Amino acid sequence: MNLNLEKLNGYSVLYIKEERIDAHNSGELKETILHMIEQGEINIIVQLERVRFIDSSGLGALLSGYKHAAAKSGKLALACCKPQVLSMFELTRLNRVFEIYADLNEAFESEA
Amino acid sequence: MGTSIIQIDVIIPTQTKYLNLIGSIGESLGKDLDDFCGDHEALAYQLNLVLTEAATNAIRHGCYNNPEDTVRISIHIQEHELNIKVYDHGQGFDLEMVSLPDLDHPQEGGLGIFFIRTLMDSVTYTHEGESNVLEIVKYLDMRPVIENHSNHQ
Repeated sequence: MNLNLEKLNGYSVLYIKEERIDAHNSGELKETILHMIEQGEINIIVQLERVRFIDSSGLGALLSGYKHAAAKSGKLALACCKPQVLSMFELTRLNRVFEIYADLNEAFESEA
Repeated sequence: MGTSIIQIDVIIPTQTKYLNLIGSIGESLGKDLDDFCGDHEALAYQLNLVLTEAATNAIRHGCYNNPEDTVRISIHIQEHELNIKVYDHGQGFDLEMVSLPDLDHPQEGGLGIFFIRTLMDSVTYTHEGESNVLEIVKYLDMRPVIENHSNHQ
């Protein structure tokens, strides 16, 4: 899976450089996030601007990251969701679990 | 033409790398379906999702240890009815035992069948010959065919 990790304003920003998150690559996404949390990177923003499609396994990978970060008193938030992707969070009501920001600046300001 | 028939049959190995191909077929169909009155973009996403989830299910329930195992996917659209059949050769499962997810206490798994049930009109899982078949039906809001009788006065 094509991912980029940057440290910005004290956050680990994980850029998903794929148009699609499905059962083919969601396992790798989940492992990457869990590895970050194990390394102490517990405040994570997942940047989803490139993502046009996410399935149940992709939502599950993000939820897994959210729960593991929360268990260590950290946080996993989302930024830059396309409308179709946002509608998946709404359909599953996961929009009530995740903080979802329009862009990274809004995420930094809200989380500060 | 409202009377046109679309039939697509695809056979893939039980490997998740082919999910993109299957999902893309659904997306294209949703975008390009003539005479569909609803939101083409929404239908495209729904078909992409439902085909991806159904194929994932079949791959996972299929014979993982047999590299020659395949999943067959059949899509049929005629008039108002969209019919998807996904055939696997695994142990099968009891669809009735798949409960609705508790969305107030979200868990990582169990959302695939929820999406199919929520977005489509009917779902069944039956045994047919040597395969299991997940059959999904969605009724589409199609433009009515208007017959022109004006030249037959």
